[in-house]
Amino acid sequence: MKAKFLVPLALFLVLAGFLGYGLQLNPREVPSPLVDKPAPEFRLATLAAPDTALGAADMRGEVWLLNVWASWCVSCREEHPVLMELARDKVVPLVGLNYKDTRPEAIAWLEAHGDPYTTSVVDADGRVGIDYGVYGVPETFLIDRQGVIRYKHIGPVTREAVRDVLLPKIAELARAS
Amino acid sequence: MIPELGHFSLILALVLALVQAIVPMVGANRNRIALMAVGRPAAQGQFLAIAFAFGCLTWAFLTSDFSLQLAAVNSHTDTPLIYKITGVWGNHEGSLLLWALSLSLWTVAVTVFSRNLPDAFMARVLGVLGWISAGFLSFTLITSNPFDRLLPAVAQGRDLNPLLQDAGMIIHPPLLYMGYVGFSVAFAFAIAALLSGRMDAAWARWSRPWTTVAWVFLTAGIAVGSGWAYYELGWGGWWFWDPVENASFMPWLLGTALIHSLAVTEKRGAFRSWTILLAISAFSLSLLGTFLVRSGVITSVHAFATDPRRGLFILALLVVVIGVSLTLFAWRAPKLSGGGSFGLVSRDATLLGNNVLLAVATGSVLLGTLYPLFLDALNLGKISVGPPYFEAVFVPLMTPVVVLMVLGPFVRWKGDGVGRVLRPLLPVMVASIAIGLGVAFAVGHVTVRTVLGLVLASWVLLGSARLLASRFAERRGASAAAVLRGIPAAWWGMWLAHVGIGIFIIGATMAGSLNERLDVKMQPGQTAQLAGYTFTFRGVADAPGPNYDAARATIDVTRSGIPVATLHPEKRFYVAQQMPMTEASIDIGPFRDVYVNLGDRLDDGSWVVGLFYKPFISWVWLGCLLMAVGGVFAASDRRYRRLAEREAPAGAARRTT
Amino acid sequence: MKPRSKRLLLVAGAVALLVGAVALVLNAFQQNLVFFHTPTEVAEGKAPVGRAFRIGGMVETGSIRRAADGVTVQFAITDTAKVIPVSYKGSLPDLFSEGKGAVVQGTLGPDGQFQASEVLAKHDENYMPPEAQHAVDQAKKAAQTVAQ
Repeated sequence: MKAKFLVPLALFLVLAGFLGYGLQLNPREVPSPLVDKPAPEFRLATLAAPDTALGAADMRGEVWLLNVWASWCVSCREEHPVLMELARDKVVPLVGLNYKDTRPEAIAWLEAHGDPYTTSVVDADGRVGIDYGVYGVPETFLIDRQGVIRYKHIGPVTREAVRDVLLPKIAELARAS
Repeated sequence: MIPELGHFSLILALVLALVQAIVPMVGANRNRIALMAVGRPAAQGQFLAIAFAFGCLTWAFLTSDFSLQLAAVNSHTDTPLIYKITGVWGNHEGSLLLWALSLSLWTVAVTVFSRNLPDAFMARVLGVLGWISAGFLSFTLITSNPFDRLLPAVAQGRDLNPLLQDAGMIIHPPLLYMGYVGFSVAFAFAIAALLSGRMDAAWARWSRPWTTVAWVFLTAGIAVGSGWAYYELGWGGWWFWDPVENASFMPWLLGTALIHSLAVTEKRGAFRSWTILLAISAFSLSLLGTFLVRSGVITSVHAFATDPRRGLFILALLVVVIGVSLTLFAWRAPKLSGGGSFGLVSRDATLLGNNVLLAVATGSVLLGTLYPLFLDALNLGKISVGPPYFEAVFVPLMTPVVVLMVLGPFVRWKGDGVGRVLRPLLPVMVASIAIGLGVAFAVGHVTVRTVLGLVLASWVLLGSARLLASRFAERRGASAAAVLRGIPAAWWGMWLAHVGIGIFIIGATMAGSLNERLDVKMQPGQTAQLAGYTFTFRGVADAPGPNYDAARATIDVTRSGIPVATLHPEKRFYVAQQMPMTEASIDIGPFRDVYVNLGDRLDDGSWVVGLFYKPFISWVWLGCLLMAVGGVFAASDRRYRRLAEREAPAGAARRTT
Repeated sequence: MKPRSKRLLLVAGAVALLVGAVALVLNAFQQNLVFFHTPTEVAEGKAPVGRAFRIGGMVETGSIRRAADGVTVQFAITDTAKVIPVSYKGSLPDLFSEGKGAVVQGTLGPDGQFQASEVLAKHDENYMPPEAQHAVDQAKKAAQTVAQ
């Protein structure tokens, strides 16, 4: 075998190495810089009653979940049954952040599919979403009693994610106090 | 129910692909005709299964079955019918299915049109294609199943990305994929040649029409894509050197090299290992293009939602396919000895020069496309490589290609005299330089780029005219009709494609250096001047469409008081996607386009309007069209059909002995 | 010509071509690579003056102003830590709006104003341009290390 015929193969292997490394750099794999930081404060009108407001501070003293959702978001449909199960088991309060949505559409959506949220707040212009570094909908944040974000789940919550990650972390945070 | 049938059919296709991949290969190695014969029905069955799955998916889109996740995300009941259909491949999963469909279509075409290949060779070709198909079908089924359900169903879908709701997007992806995937046939022929050790002139003659047809599809696909970018992205550019564009351009460049290298291998038996390497590389770049687009390692204006698992799978596929074939190449290619020798002034040498230049140009595009990734991987910072890099490298590399391209057909195979070649071309050379400089002065734009472009374009067009004239000179006395009829289709194909390059260069040069642009604020009744045209803004009215709301402007264009056109650019708002879109309006002319887009509405009721004057821009696509037509001529040459007839008894004879 | 010297000539030609191509590429890289900088890096003076580069970040809410001519736009781009004023003349992409990710290309003026020649926004509503996200992530990471 002549060496010069191996050149294309060698070049390709180097290239493949870089490509493989490039995959590791996937921007969405960057760990959220918000984890272990205090949850950004907000005060927003609730979906059910526009004249009452809810903020992150009101949840102090409890371990809770903040779920970013919207009626236009198809993946939210995917995680919805999982959230309904979470709500039925009354594990922790589940606050919905209704992101860039309209009130009537959001209410109609919850009526059609069931409402897993303890409360939903309205983030119509997505400003709170920016504070929370929301890439896309849905995303879910786990926040501890001191109001510190402990975990961020990107994309639809699956039963596996609840069983293997969320529930153990919740149990740990509940014990920690 | 129908999506489940589609899913099942796709699994069946994977099983058939595996049968096609394994059984004929084993048959070829053990010389068992019965096993080799399995390839053909397996390939045809696989095509039917994939076509059925594709039909099921299309059905779900047509009937707005939003219990199918893909339809829910990419369609809407108000989406116009044609975009419901194109929505099928306007997404990751559906476009993979389209990839698999075109691969199986090519495979079936091989089983139908290359009936006369020796059995063992055909078995190996089908086996290779079967492996590729099996890889892509499992990728589709494992990571990107288009038939995933969304239960319970949503009442309304999210609609197709408005950018993709455009006439160009109806045919661009199918053409591009037919081109991309078409190189798999040349690839399979190359691998079969390496496996069997059969690498002769006959092999090159079998591969040529397949390669040319794939190249035609790719040319047309790239041209349509660039046309789409021209009027849909709203700022009148037609090529951005975007990674996704480069992903289709690199296989095109190597495919062009391959077509010419195959010509040498067929005629002279030379460049054999180089031809094989090009066939492998052209298809490898098609796969790499798929990887770049689908894995999201490279950021691009074409945003596809990405998934690292998918990227890993494609990378693995890439490594297996390319790695195995290059290893095979390193092992078998040294046995392919040289072929005939040739002089420095010979057609062989000009084609070799062009091949090397095209390969280097491909390398420079590849480097520019991947360089940001390399730097990022080595932690040297985030960069982007923009059009200036590509232009600075590509134009100087292509200049000698264009010069050689005209010389080539005048030079004899094997060896020729410098004087004999240059005698007819000296006047052409002088005339091209004179015309290039003259036109540049006449239009008042004397830059290196403009003069170079015009000189090269004249060189190609005048040189092609001279070439045709020499055909007449060779048969002095014969009637013009007889001369023309005597020219084989392959020659016409070459001639048309080369003329197409000349036309293309005129378009790219003129549109690049003489275009004018004006962004201006306009109130109803106001006028603006650009390039001798007067634009009068008549106002804006509501013009709702099936799935969008729109503000539609009316702009009258006149030149010296004579009406030229009335243009209606729109600002659309797609309701389901909550996305604004600018829809440009263009008056297309043979020597210039007048292009208008509508920007934002300002608080005082006026609008921002973008006015563009683009001289000769349609020549860019006219040139591409001529190249594609040239390819069709070349592939339809009688020689290939006669060959099929001649090979048949030979193949039969081999079988009996 | 002897086959041997012909071969030599061919090899020499190929080498010359390759050297030429490499020189072209290096030269083009030298002049045309556009680096990304985050607004924080620009504010710290790490970005080149007078040479084109890109800034990724978010368009600050409430910062878009149009000049009287209607086509010159002023806005600010931020990574949540630092804010860079940008001036741009021309039509903006469809998905450009306040609070959204954007990438601008241009040069930094001596007054600290960024003169953009190109504004890029993503075609897809759901995701930010990765460079913009990168800038925001960097700023948050920096804030985090300062806090610790």
